[in-house]
Amino acid sequence: MNFSHIRTVYLKELKDLLRDKRTIRSMIIIPMLVMPALAFGVGSIAKNVYSKARAEIPSVMILGGEDSPAVLAELRRSKKFRVVPTVADWKHSISEKKIRAAVQVPEGFAAGLAAGTTGTVVIHYYEGELKSGFAAAELEAFFRGLRERTVQARLAEHNLPATLMRPFETKRENAAPPDRVGGNALGGIIPYFIIILCFTGAMYPAMDLTAGEKERGTMETLLCSPVARVNIVLGKFCMVLTSALASMTLSLLTMTASFAIGGALWGGGGKEAGVSRLNLPPIDPAGILGVLAMVLPVAVLFSAVIFTVSLFAKSFKEAQSYVGPMMVVVIMPAVVGMLPGIDLNVRLALVPILNLSLVCREMLSGVWHWQYIAIIFGSTCLYAGLALAWAVKMFNREDVIFRA
Amino acid sequence: MIDARALTKTFPDKKRGPIHAVDRVSFHVNSGEIYGLLGANGAGKTTTLRLLATLLRPTGGTAVVSGFDIGTEPEKVRAQVGFLAASTALYGRLTAREMIAYFGRLNGLEDAEIAVRTGRLADELDMHAFLDRRCDTFSTGMKQKTSIARTLIHDPAVMIFDEPTLGLDVMTARAIVRFVHECKARRKTVVYSTHVMSEVEKLCDRIGIIHGGKLLAEGTLPELRARYGEQDLEEIFVRAVGGDPL
Repeated sequence: MNFSHIRTVYLKELKDLLRDKRTIRSMIIIPMLVMPALAFGVGSIAKNVYSKARAEIPSVMILGGEDSPAVLAELRRSKKFRVVPTVADWKHSISEKKIRAAVQVPEGFAAGLAAGTTGTVVIHYYEGELKSGFAAAELEAFFRGLRERTVQARLAEHNLPATLMRPFETKRENAAPPDRVGGNALGGIIPYFIIILCFTGAMYPAMDLTAGEKERGTMETLLCSPVARVNIVLGKFCMVLTSALASMTLSLLTMTASFAIGGALWGGGGKEAGVSRLNLPPIDPAGILGVLAMVLPVAVLFSAVIFTVSLFAKSFKEAQSYVGPMMVVVIMPAVVGMLPGIDLNVRLALVPILNLSLVCREMLSGVWHWQYIAIIFGSTCLYAGLALAWAVKMFNREDVIFRA
Repeated sequence: MIDARALTKTFPDKKRGPIHAVDRVSFHVNSGEIYGLLGANGAGKTTTLRLLATLLRPTGGTAVVSGFDIGTEPEKVRAQVGFLAASTALYGRLTAREMIAYFGRLNGLEDAEIAVRTGRLADELDMHAFLDRRCDTFSTGMKQKTSIARTLIHDPAVMIFDEPTLGLDVMTARAIVRFVHECKARRKTVVYSTHVMSEVEKLCDRIGIIHGGKLLAEGTLPELRARYGEQDLEEIFVRAVGGDPL
C-alpha cells in the first residue's frame, strides 16, 4: 500500500467531482434544498390546510329525533356546526363532501333521558377525511356535554354529590428527562434518514468513478500508470466515502436547522389553531455523537458495496440499473428498525442496517447497551472490511475491468 | 527493449468455449526500433499490447520489457511504458496541465520536476495556448497532443501505440506519425499497431503480421516482399493471412 499514491488518486477524484455540476447538484444543492422545502413548504401547507379545516363551521344533518325537539333545538343553536335540512340521500351527501357528518338521534331519546333509560346516538362521517373528522368530533363533544349535564341533573335529583360518578381523577406526568423523550420520539426517524442519506451520498460518485470512467475511457488511461491497483481502489473508495459522509452531514445539518426554524415559525400560532408544535424535541448530544460513530462503518460498507457493484457495469446508465434496486434492500431494514416493538437482541445485532437503526434508536433515547454496541460496531466493521476486500479483488479482475 | 516469448492470452467464454486471443506470440524489439504489429480487427493486436502494458495478465508465456517481467513486476513495467491508444481518454474536467501533472505524480515525479517537464512538452507539442483549458473543450488534435504529453511525462523507455490514428483527421494523424518518428530518434523502443498499411510502410523498421491471435510473419518490409514475392504490403498481408489475392 502506497499512501502517496492513494492521496494523489483521492485528491484528483475530489477535484474532478467538485467540478462536476451533477455532483454538486446531487450531493450539496439538493440535500440543502430538499430539507428546508420539506420543513418550510410542507410545514406551511400542512398548517394552512389544518387551520382552514378547523376554521370551517361544518354542515351536519340530523336524522330522526322528531320526538326530541329540545335536543334538536339545542343542536341547531350550536355555533360549532350548522344544521342543514335533511335529505333522503344523506350518505351520498357525506361521501360527496356536501355535508361533513350526520347524527342519528334514536326514537324516544328525550323521553329516555327523562325516564333514565339508555339509547345510542350514531354519528355518521367520512372516515379519513379531515373536515368530516372535525365535524364528528364536534357532534361527539355536544352529546358528551349533554350526557354530563344529564348525569349531574340525575345526581342532584337524588341529592347525591357530583363526585359520586367521578370519585377520582387520573393525570399523566412525564418522569423521563426531556432529551430522552425527544430521542424516543425521533429515535426511529433519525437513523432512517441517516441510512438513506449515507447511501444516496455514496451512489453518484461510486458509479461515476467506476462505470463512468470505463464509459469515458479514462479507466484504461489510469490503469496504464505504475500505481498498484489496490492504491487506485483505495484512493477512489476514500472519495466515495467522503461523499457519503459529507452528503449525510450536510443533510442532517440542514434538516436540523430547517426543522428548528420551521418549527419556531409554524409552530408558534399552532396552539390557538389546535396544531401541535413542529419543532424538534431536544435530543441527548451524546446520543447524536454515538449515532455518528456507529454510522462510520456503515458508510464504509455502503461505499465499498456500491463501488464494487458499479464496477461490473460498462456504463453509468447500466450502473444505475444495478444500484437503484439496492436502495430497496437498504430501505427495508431501515423501515423495520422504525417499527415499534422490535427490540435489539444478539441475532438482530448481526443484521446490517437493521442493527444500526435499532441501536441508534436506543442511543438517542439515552439507553446504552454496550455489549450490543460492541457487537454491532464490530460486525459492521467486519462486513465493511470484507466489502472493501471484495472491491479490491474485483478491481483486479480483468473480466470486470475490461468487460466487453 | 521488448522481448515477448510465446505470449498467450486465452479468454474463457461460456458460449463459444475458450478464445485464444493471443496464441504463443514471440517477437523482439530493440531500442530505437519501431515494430509494426499489422492485423485486421480482432486479430489480437490490442490484446498483445495490453499484455505488454500489463493491463492484462498472460495465461501463458511472458515478455520482458526494459528488463522487467510483465508477469512478476507489472508496476515496474508500467513505469517504463508510455501507452497511447484510441481507448485511452482524458479526464474532461481536468485541464491539460492538471492531466499531465496527475500522471507525473502517479509516476513518482516531484511537482517541481513535473512543472519543468510540462513546460518542455508544451514547447515541443505547441500546447501553451490550451494548457490551462479543460480537456472537455478540446478539439481532437488538442486531445491527442495532451495524451502524448501524458504518456511522455515520465520519459518512458518504451512507447506502445495501439491504433493511435483511428478516427483522426489527416493533419492530426500526420502529427502522430511525426511524433512516433521522434520517439525513434530518442532511442525509445516503439511498438505500433495498426491496420493501415501506409502507416506501416512509412514508420516501421520491422513488421509482424498477426491474425487469429498468431504471429504469422515477421521481418523488414524488403524481407517480407522477398518472402511473398509481392511489392504491395496489402497483398503481402493478404497472402500471409491466407486470403485470396486480387
